[in-house]
Amino acid sequence: MTTYKLPPIQPSEITPRDLFYNRRKFMQLAAGASLTALLPQTGFAGEPLAGVTKSTDRLIDELTPLKDITSYNNFYEFGTGKEDPAKNAGSLKTRPWTITVEGEVNKSKVFDMEELLKLAPLEERIYRLRCVEAWSMVIPWVGYSLAALLKQVEPTSKAKFVECISLHDPEQMAGQKSPTLNWPYKEGLRMDEAMHPLTLLAVGLYGEVLPNQNGAPIRVVVPWKYGFKSAKSIVKIRLVEKMPLSSWVEANPQEYGFYSNVNPAVDHARWTQAKERRIGDFLKRPTLPFNGYGEQVAALYAGMDLTKDF
Amino acid sequence: MKNLKTLNNTMLVWLKISVFLLALIPLTKLAINAYTDNLGANPIEKITHVTGYWTLSFLLITLTITPLRKLTSWSWLVRLRRMLGLFAFFYACLHFSTYLVLDQFFDWASIVKDIVKRPYITIGCPAFVLLIPLAITSNNRLTKLIGGKRWRLLHRLVYFIAIGGVVHFWWLVKKDITEPLTFAVLLSALLSIRLFYFYAKAKRVN
Repeated sequence: MTTYKLPPIQPSEITPRDLFYNRRKFMQLAAGASLTALLPQTGFAGEPLAGVTKSTDRLIDELTPLKDITSYNNFYEFGTGKEDPAKNAGSLKTRPWTITVEGEVNKSKVFDMEELLKLAPLEERIYRLRCVEAWSMVIPWVGYSLAALLKQVEPTSKAKFVECISLHDPEQMAGQKSPTLNWPYKEGLRMDEAMHPLTLLAVGLYGEVLPNQNGAPIRVVVPWKYGFKSAKSIVKIRLVEKMPLSSWVEANPQEYGFYSNVNPAVDHARWTQAKERRIGDFLKRPTLPFNGYGEQVAALYAGMDLTKDF
Repeated sequence: MKNLKTLNNTMLVWLKISVFLLALIPLTKLAINAYTDNLGANPIEKITHVTGYWTLSFLLITLTITPLRKLTSWSWLVRLRRMLGLFAFFYACLHFSTYLVLDQFFDWASIVKDIVKRPYITIGCPAFVLLIPLAITSNNRLTKLIGGKRWRLLHRLVYFIAIGGVVHFWWLVKKDITEPLTFAVLLSALLSIRLFYFYAKAKRVN
């Protein structure tokens, strides 16, 4: 496994107010954790997650408020408007929930949600999220590296790609009644991208159970790629030999590529990718290559022409 | 409905005031939501979308006046047309300034790049610019000065502006084309009616 270094802490850094607030919240949570650990986990959005290791890496960026993270979402399974998921995702039943991991593996397995919550220690990870629509957020996710799950099934040497498939149930996901995309939602990563320690399997944010509109109960977060690469409400993970066809590539191959790494030098047909508006900011800020995670991930793409493999 | 065919001046004034106030509702709502912090996580995007939506709506409402007048013989409808057209221009100005100030903050290099590289802006920008001469020549004095025939010819630009506006919306949308499609269907209907009257008239003349 490649070692990785988190962005260095700026000596001039002053702890932003939101972070400070968040820290206090975590201390309050820790106080209640011993109590909640005794109670049966029901897994509803907003419930605190027990035993989360607080993030020690501090981005200089301020956290996006919970209200914005949970009310401004692209989750077409619940409608194409930004406010639709918050309105409509209540119909999603997050228990019982399983993820089937299969394909080029020695031990394919169906993981139950309760098992997934205990598979590896839950960590807080503060990541930037950059949407292909040129807006961004900073989100304190809770989860563990996707690699922890993938190692359990022992991928074979034929496993070159990982395909994540989201739930397909128009009864629960009203947006799937329209053929906006070819349901179910499918996303894919190259094996080394999926195994990279930064690639997160998230079950919560802000120390709490993941809200439905943010991809409950379990989703992937790949912080150096545009947001749509991070599949939500995952029910199946397939390890495959050939590059899988992801939903947005299928919908519009001219505009969306398989890799979709955040890249200010490669514009999208509708948005310049050179700049982004951080939610809550007035002025736009320059977008960083690999969303600022170049030091950790650029090596994965050594020798590739990223204007061609966009 | 014979009594609706003519309208006395007092009634017309009241009607104009009502239409004027109704046309300000979208702006009022936007202002209240801005003041009460109810524009969502991305207020600039919301303001852009709302003002764009109402620009297209007022363009289509303005284009409804003539066919509606012909269908109903309510000739006074034409007296509302200028105000409705100017409201389309008003919302277009708000839409354009939102882009210029709030979205780009006078980043001219980025704006030029947008116009050249983003097809929806490439078509949206001239559609807005072409509205300006129509707004300028909307007052009585200038209408008389350039003459009715030339005025009508100039104001036919509105057909191209409306088409440009709908295409602008269509090309902006990532996947769900329900709203731009609705505008496109309505505009097609409004333009078809005109074609129908045009050919019917040509036939009569022959």
